[in-house]
Amino acid sequence: MRNPVAALLLGILIGVGGLYFVLPYDAAAVLAGRGTAPATAVETEPGAERTGAGETLRRVMRRGFLQCGVSQGLAGFSSPDERGRWSGIDVDYCRAIAAAIFGDGEKVRFRPLSAKDRFTALQSGEVDILSRNTTWTMSRDTQLGFDFAGVIYYDGQAFMVRKSSGITKAEQLAGATICTQTGTTTELNLADYFRGRGLDYRVLSFEKNDEAISAYDQGRCDGYTTDASGLYAERLKMQHPADNIVLPEIISKEPLGPVIRQGDPQWADIARWTLSALLNAEELGITSENIEEMRESENPLVRRLLGAEGSYGASVGLRPDWVIDIVRAVGNYGEIFERNVGVDTPLGIERGLNALWTDGGVMYAPPIR
Amino acid sequence: MGISWYNPRVRSIVYQTGVLAAVIAVVWFFTATAQENLERLNISTGFGFLDTTAGFGIIQTLIPYTEQSSYGRAFLVGLLNTLSVAVIGIVLSTMLGFVIGVARLSPNWLLAKIAAAYVEVMRNIPLLLQLFFWYFAVLRPLPGPAESIEALPGVFLSNRGLILPDPVLDAGAGMFFGALAAAAVAGFVLVRWARARQRATGQLFPALRVAAALIVVLPLLAWAIGGTPFHLEYATRGDFDFSGGVRLLPEFVALVLGLTLYTAAFIGEIVRAGIQSVDRGQGEAAAALGLKDSTTLRLVVVPQALRLIVPPLTSQILNLTKNSSLAVAIAYPDLVAVFAGTVLNQTGQAIEVIAITMAVYLTLSLATSLAMNWYNARIALRER
Repeated sequence: MRNPVAALLLGILIGVGGLYFVLPYDAAAVLAGRGTAPATAVETEPGAERTGAGETLRRVMRRGFLQCGVSQGLAGFSSPDERGRWSGIDVDYCRAIAAAIFGDGEKVRFRPLSAKDRFTALQSGEVDILSRNTTWTMSRDTQLGFDFAGVIYYDGQAFMVRKSSGITKAEQLAGATICTQTGTTTELNLADYFRGRGLDYRVLSFEKNDEAISAYDQGRCDGYTTDASGLYAERLKMQHPADNIVLPEIISKEPLGPVIRQGDPQWADIARWTLSALLNAEELGITSENIEEMRESENPLVRRLLGAEGSYGASVGLRPDWVIDIVRAVGNYGEIFERNVGVDTPLGIERGLNALWTDGGVMYAPPIR
Repeated sequence: MGISWYNPRVRSIVYQTGVLAAVIAVVWFFTATAQENLERLNISTGFGFLDTTAGFGIIQTLIPYTEQSSYGRAFLVGLLNTLSVAVIGIVLSTMLGFVIGVARLSPNWLLAKIAAAYVEVMRNIPLLLQLFFWYFAVLRPLPGPAESIEALPGVFLSNRGLILPDPVLDAGAGMFFGALAAAAVAGFVLVRWARARQRATGQLFPALRVAAALIVVLPLLAWAIGGTPFHLEYATRGDFDFSGGVRLLPEFVALVLGLTLYTAAFIGEIVRAGIQSVDRGQGEAAAALGLKDSTTLRLVVVPQALRLIVPPLTSQILNLTKNSSLAVAIAYPDLVAVFAGTVLNQTGQAIEVIAITMAVYLTLSLATSLAMNWYNARIALRER
């Protein structure tokens, strides 16, 4: 061997050259420092999908259905029935988007995600939207590469304890063991609450909510904590629901809302304005029952919302009658609320903060005009 | 010859550098893609998050940790929780495994069959199921703290865990533990001296017994002179739970039980194979020389069997350490649950967190292998 350097160079050349042909086009382009590759090259790998203005909508339409990340089963928000059909506020919101896009609220597939996996699933493009009782916080909005489309439910964290424990106030929980789900704001609020009052506590964090519930139900913990709406929903799963009470203190603000990836402003607009359309429809008295009559309405607000005037659907890449399809599919926000968590359901939750601003709540949607 | 394709050395260098370059290029490609995507998606990167306040509580901490501690501290807590389960599990499963392995070869029919049944049942049921069994079926249904079972005075068993009395050091502690250490050192020296003397003169000295006696007597003497080394502080029942005492969480107990019993079945088989690999003639020859059964086992069979036992034993130890990450299924706060679970979710920095976690397991495994290989080399057959 006379000249090892030459052989070395030849080897590197063959190695890289070989790769150039073996790897897909965009890989070679990245290697060659040519920057962004065309989106078509990565179509087969959802994990590496690229976004840009309009890209998410194009992809959803090409696929023919919406991928929606939901919880693994939280009554009233997203839970499957015995035949596997999903229902809940978060589920209906996704159906509303599907209706806005396809004119058919059934063109959506639900992917149950644990609290721990939900953000990675959205970041990697496994789901198009995360509609999973997720609290809007600054760090999630700014550090994870997400945008929140708004607030679909104003919630707050509370505690549940056994009636037999004689506890009536959260402060009596000093020294107690509390069960909760890992990877939630709940875990942090719990720490804040006890730390702020200088009280002692033990927290047992489970990966799945159902495990936390059953641990509490079997007496491994003295209390269970999550958002108040969740407490009412989870209580239904207990062996003896009536033996448990929800303490009156609300220890945090939990504005729950749908989450989308940053980087596709059009998709963010669709998510935000679908939510606004639901609220505006309620405000204008448009329901799934009177939608056909409302189409004839002379009220300019109604006409704009239902696409008879202006081109608001087109401005986000949708059809003019997108709101009609939404309301036909799931009704307005009030209908969704009453159907899933309202006073006539097993959860029996009052509108409270979630009433429209005109009814003493804080639900206030920007106008569609 | 010069550079010619027909020169085998040239070909080999070309192939090898080619492969190396390809590997580097692939790694670089993935890194570059990940970095580009993270930037585009506006996801924060870097390891700065380790200094940020964690803000969540952990139920078992071996080092001081509060909600104000950093994510880096939470990482250490998780790591120590993993290590404590792994170390205890390794010690217990090795001891139990040796007992099972020897029992399977016992001439006692019943004992051998029980050991065989144990091995077949334990190693053929998935570990995760066994963990669920111990946690959900055995430990969870225990009574609450108010009706806890008091097994011994001050020892409470409830669904909050096993509560033991806390030993609190007294004035005599220094002298007591000093005497214990001195006895251990003296015993060690004595055993070595006895061995050297036996080699030189052939005379036997009951070193082990004397050493054992030293270890018992010296600390007792220190106790008598210096006063009580420690007293037990019993746990008291509080409003919800016990306060004080040493607490073994049910999650911890279930994990240690599951890992130990599962791995012990495999170690038992390894031990049996090792012992059976030693030729029968060796034992017979030892018997012909008049060695006792126990001496034959200790001096003839085990040293030769160990050579076969140690390499597969190493991989079982590694398995146990890695299997401890199943803790997440039963809410034990190990490294995966605390760091790759809670911290990952609160910070959203999946790549960094997973990279650190993988690096930790890799380091643990390599360190274990290194130690076991060193031990294996020490006991290897030295040809003279």
